[in-house]
Amino acid sequence: MDGIHDLGGMQGFGQVQDLTADGPFAEPWEGKAFVIGALSARIAGGNLHAMRHAIERVPPSEYLVGYWNRWTFGAQIMMEDSGIVTDDEVRARAARLSGQDVPEPPQPTPNKPQMPSGGAGNLRSRDTPPAFAVGDRVRVADLDPQGHTRLPRYVRRRTGTVTALQPCQVFPDTAAHFVAEDPQHCYTVDFDSRELWGPGAEPFRLSIDLYEPYLEPAP
Amino acid sequence: MTSASDHLDPALRVEALASLLIERGLLDEATIETFVKTYEQSVGPMNGAKVVAKAWTDPGYRARLLADGTAAIAELGFKGPQGEHMVVLENTPTLHHVVVCTLCSCYPWPVLGLPPSWYKDPAYRSRVVREPRQVLREFGLDLDDSVEIRVHDSSSEVRYMVLPERPAGTGGYSEAELADLVTRDAMVGVAKVAVP
Repeated sequence: MDGIHDLGGMQGFGQVQDLTADGPFAEPWEGKAFVIGALSARIAGGNLHAMRHAIERVPPSEYLVGYWNRWTFGAQIMMEDSGIVTDDEVRARAARLSGQDVPEPPQPTPNKPQMPSGGAGNLRSRDTPPAFAVGDRVRVADLDPQGHTRLPRYVRRRTGTVTALQPCQVFPDTAAHFVAEDPQHCYTVDFDSRELWGPGAEPFRLSIDLYEPYLEPAP
Repeated sequence: MTSASDHLDPALRVEALASLLIERGLLDEATIETFVKTYEQSVGPMNGAKVVAKAWTDPGYRARLLADGTAAIAELGFKGPQGEHMVVLENTPTLHHVVVCTLCSCYPWPVLGLPPSWYKDPAYRSRVVREPRQVLREFGLDLDDSVEIRVHDSSSEVRYMVLPERPAGTGGYSEAELADLVTRDAMVGVAKVAVP
């Protein structure tokens, strides 16, 4: 989906933050947020890709509040999808924790997704050989995914060169929706910055990992 | 369904969600404490620093690290979530690697821990794939025009870590002293390792 999460190349966010040597959690609630998100796939019967897709569905105004907010919000969306909690319940509990005497809404009926898994992690194998080899020129397909994808907007329809074959992996576009793991070959593809951003671009190389269904031979 | 209307304070949302999950037996305080302690104390850039220092002092290890990052990193005991397949990128005087995740905030947890704020921030994620030299300059790293920049967008389950250049004047340093010099920022590629 073309959401707020797909940030590559967007303009208007201003200066980068200062490099600081702080630890992972500025406040205790952030640590708790981390754990809820880290366990959310297990709690909701989802997977890493479904969790990422849930974060992508966080409304843009909430997404930009900050990392741990979108992380928690995403975890909640995945748990709502699986009938673990409802937003009404979370809001009622928040109100009660703030000292308001509001009734607790009914608990939903769990409805966890079922999808066969090829095991732990995301590295898999595939019977068909890779379609592309190192050195091949490839064009990124003009896809219009309605759901989850790991194909960022800024490389769509661009032409690059395969520079490495990466391990075959669970395909996020189908696994996020509990359709199937459908493992796919994965390639590191290098793009000249001018192919991405025009002739006036800073000279550099952009390397990105793309799954085979995103690619076609360059014309 | 959750919506943006009626914004809930993030800390309060976390407390509310945690309280419901604990009540349902899906989460417990001991698990929360264990996870937080692990990522505050044991899983962080000090792990990656050990990998770098060993690569600087042991040519055989360096070769293994660049050929098969996952296996060489596991030799030092570092593996786990978000480190399933590791690729190590060697910075040189003529080639500078820098790592980002534009779609979320993918990061090699076993060697670097959880990502810092600047890495997760929209400014870094949006800009480093468009104007990396300018972004590095804002971070205080002014690379010569002759240095080639290669930006890596972590869009699959492959995780990248940069092997920075060993700074001059460290010939007499022990491996442990070298590890003390290595910073998280250098292993993402937004800084160089400096001698104090």
